[in-house]
Amino acid sequence: MRRNGALALGFHALFMAFMLAPLLVVALVAFTPEGYLSLPVHGPSLRWFRTILDYPDFIASFWISIELGLSSATLASLCILPAALAIARYAFPGRGALVAFVMSPLMIPAVVLGVGLLRFLTIFQIEGTFIGIMLCHAVVIGPYVLRMLLAAVGGVDRNIERAALSLGASNFAAFRRVTLPMLMSGLVGGWILAFIASFDELTVTIFVSSPQVTPLPVRLFSHIAETTDPLVASVSAVIMAISTLLLLLLDRLYGIDRLFSGGAA
Amino acid sequence: MAEAAIAARPAARRTTVMPYWLCAPALALYGLLLAAPLAMIFVLSFNGFSDTKGILPTYSLANYVSVLTDPYYQRIYLRTLRIALITTAICTLIGTPEAWILSRLDPRWRGVSLLVVLGPLLISVVVRTLGWTILFAREGLLNQALLGLGLAERPVDLLYTETGIVVALVHVLVPFMVIAVWTALRLVDPAGEAAALSLGASKAKVFRRVVLPQALPGVLSGSLIVFSLAASAFATPALIGGRRLKVAATSIYDNFLFTLDWPTGAAIAVILVACVMAIVLLWSRVLERRDAVRA
Repeated sequence: MRRNGALALGFHALFMAFMLAPLLVVALVAFTPEGYLSLPVHGPSLRWFRTILDYPDFIASFWISIELGLSSATLASLCILPAALAIARYAFPGRGALVAFVMSPLMIPAVVLGVGLLRFLTIFQIEGTFIGIMLCHAVVIGPYVLRMLLAAVGGVDRNIERAALSLGASNFAAFRRVTLPMLMSGLVGGWILAFIASFDELTVTIFVSSPQVTPLPVRLFSHIAETTDPLVASVSAVIMAISTLLLLLLDRLYGIDRLFSGGAA
Repeated sequence: MAEAAIAARPAARRTTVMPYWLCAPALALYGLLLAAPLAMIFVLSFNGFSDTKGILPTYSLANYVSVLTDPYYQRIYLRTLRIALITTAICTLIGTPEAWILSRLDPRWRGVSLLVVLGPLLISVVVRTLGWTILFAREGLLNQALLGLGLAERPVDLLYTETGIVVALVHVLVPFMVIAVWTALRLVDPAGEAAALSLGASKAKVFRRVVLPQALPGVLSGSLIVFSLAASAFATPALIGGRRLKVAATSIYDNFLFTLDWPTGAAIAVILVACVMAIVLLWSRVLERRDAVRA
């Protein structure tokens, strides 16, 4: 009864092709042996992947992006975990406002947030520093952490905690030994999602980065804006490979539709 | 030590003050790095600017007046609005049926399909836009295909055009539409469809009269997200539109990083946020009224 007709399946196939086309093209062009953007019709070559190694700028940016992702995802998780517990456990005035506040970077135009943070960091003279960018990323990726954590906290059975408390565990011991392990999957999921979001972030970062500290997406963006050689395709292919690996992991753990459902609210 | 301190706190006090203590780190982070920067941009938009002295500590509406009355910026805002509206319309038109098809797909295929549709959300927008610039090139695949199939007589220029920006933006944003409708459809009872079919309704009629009304809240909230993201999109218009075809976000970028006229850039940003917020609020008002009518 609830089958898709031929027309529906045809539409679905076209839609899939539309979603995949630009990604496949980048992945294929990365393997071209030619000196210009073209498909590897005469067999694949790793020429442009080797070329990446001749560009220390790209290598440095890659490591900066990895470090930024690790540190900002950790900072965001540390700041938001207690808040998520409070939001899920207590009815207190301002609870709804707090959720909206932490989720708001998803709805505020990234450019506006970017210029605001540039202005803010300039006043404290930490614009263009690693610490400055890390703080900005923590704010931008926080919503992903909060969303995954709220879903996880909602699934924790409070009776297990009560049992631990009644058996003489201190509040802290109950949290560390009972609650935290049950929250772990949400925390890890939120952390990975936040890492990817930081690793991909361009629009806010472009305002607060500097020639000394240039994360990979910004480096790639400026390079594409100047020239388009197959190098940008091979760098993109590397970025895609990392994102896809983490994506498959998240899909295995949670199901991809759960990561985004609920929209921005 | 910490354990003892927490355990020793009286229970009554914990229930009232505890949540605020727990929220303190998040509040500090977001108060400092979200609320303060946004407030600063608002204040900055009223400051004066001189080429030699930079930002002046004067306050006036001059930046707003000069931006709003300048035909150059009027064109940019109109273009931004046009691109955002067309992108939203296309995302709605193709994202809604796709979500419905996904919800009826064989579970074996559904997982893979969801991955293909939603996965790109986790891939850098720079990479996705690069894919379109390669496809759009004069000698690119799209033109070769169009010419080869006889669908076009001359190469079609999509790079540096609004059409090109819209196509790439639809690709970047349509997953948000699909997920919003998909979430709404998951709450729908399939028995309703079956009943309509058994009573003799055609498939098209079932979609229009049974499925669509139930998916509508998802469609409306999805279009809201797509619109606000399209209106403020930066990377895609910047890479596909180039330096000629500016939108609000790219002109803010130019003002802040090239001409260094921050106050004017801030005014452009505040106007953009105000426009997007006005449209989004109007839209959700319509949404709420619909819900009120149905309840």
